[in-house]
Amino acid sequence: MSSPLGKDLLGLEQLTAEQINLVLDTAVPLKEISERTIKKVPTLRGATIVNLFFEASTRTRISFEFAEKRMSADTVNVASTGSSVSKGETLVDTARNLEAMRIDMVVIRHPASGAARFLAERIESNVINAGDGTHEHPTQGLLDLLTLRDHFGTLKGKKICLCGDVLHSRVARSNIWGLAKLGADVAVCGPRSLLPNAIEEMGVTVFDRIEAAIEWADALNVLRLQLERMQAGYIPSLREYNRVFGVTRERLDRAPRDVLILHPGPMNRGVEIDSDVADGPHSVILNQVTNGVAVRMAVLYLLSGNTPQLAEAAKGSA
Amino acid sequence: MTKSTSIVLSARAFERTVTRMADEIVERNDGIEGLVIVGIQRRGVQIAERIAARIESSEGSRVPLGALDITLYRDDLQTVGPRPVVGKTVLPVPLDGKHVVIVDDVLFTGRTIRAALDELADFGRPARVGLAVLIDRGGRELPIQPDVVGTKVDPPPGSRVDVLVQELDGKDEVVLTSGGAS
Repeated sequence: MSSPLGKDLLGLEQLTAEQINLVLDTAVPLKEISERTIKKVPTLRGATIVNLFFEASTRTRISFEFAEKRMSADTVNVASTGSSVSKGETLVDTARNLEAMRIDMVVIRHPASGAARFLAERIESNVINAGDGTHEHPTQGLLDLLTLRDHFGTLKGKKICLCGDVLHSRVARSNIWGLAKLGADVAVCGPRSLLPNAIEEMGVTVFDRIEAAIEWADALNVLRLQLERMQAGYIPSLREYNRVFGVTRERLDRAPRDVLILHPGPMNRGVEIDSDVADGPHSVILNQVTNGVAVRMAVLYLLSGNTPQLAEAAKGSA
Repeated sequence: MTKSTSIVLSARAFERTVTRMADEIVERNDGIEGLVIVGIQRRGVQIAERIAARIESSEGSRVPLGALDITLYRDDLQTVGPRPVVGKTVLPVPLDGKHVVIVDDVLFTGRTIRAALDELADFGRPARVGLAVLIDRGGRELPIQPDVVGTKVDPPPGSRVDVLVQELDGKDEVVLTSGGAS
């Protein structure tokens, strides 16, 4: 007995196109719940979810929390500061202690790539990866896919370019896997110092010039440029980055078609994206935020009830 | 035991039954003032559409028509295994003070209607909620009664009642299958 997604959501790399579409198709009707006066359905009543955040996050944590509350789950937030984590407790000990208090799911954000899988293999609860190091951020990937699918109807043959710091971006990795599985043409564009070596082997096209990417693309997913990258010497300066790789109104005006603009946030206005683009008519950045809650509700719903004990109970009653 | 099927409603009888249900709904409401018709996904939605169409042709104006998907309110989600598919819920008007009539294809245990009542309450406080079903097949597990019934059947245990509608199944028909492997 298994849910169509399995026990955990660790990344989009392991999912099939069918599983990805199931999440997106489930998210669509769930959007309506957030429009109600009473924004809540009783589906996860009695389930306890721990949001285990070992890294700063506002948007993702809040989005997960809204999703959990709108499905009526009980939630507990654990941040690395101010918890036993800061006293040197290991990840597994923290999780096992939480599990001993009878929880059903863990949403984990961690600076180490692979942390979510490590945890998933060691505890019985469902594990949802909310971003692990530079590896994957599957729910962000899914909400980007939903936003694109809402707009284009299908992703098949659509040209999507990820712009900026692909090297450090778990959002980029989840996007590349997900987009490719749904049949989109994927490209990346950024300074070579911020692109992984041999990224072409993932089946993506590389553009060295943002103008060329804009000319090619139906949509740009503009990644956040982590400001620390400048100190680390990946780029000479933010001003220069904006001058060479910034997504500006002027550049978009020269495109042969309207280019849809996505950004996972938080934005550095005037660095990777200009304000008049971010707030412009082709920006779907706020749709992404709205879709984020629905996609996370869909993931919670699809993973829930998939614990071994429940499967046993179901067998007993059949 | 061998499987046997019988037709409970043919296409013509189906149409007549829905027409009568629509007329009864209007009669019970003393007109169409404040009336809202809400079909339950899936086949309740098509029957609700037919009822609304009949009311429009007999009363000369359209009543608000909604659709309710009760999946997220089911009481058996913890045991059904793979998650059931979630459908669309659309309620076109606020329900406060309205006379809402829930429409479903088959009334059996009453659990779907229990879920529907819970879901409706999240959309407001109707003045009255009624229930209209095409088929009442008995077997209630909860204290729930229909106000308007198309046809009553009393099938032996283990039988199935299948409602087919043109939009999804290519024809209008209600079939009772009894015996065989249930």
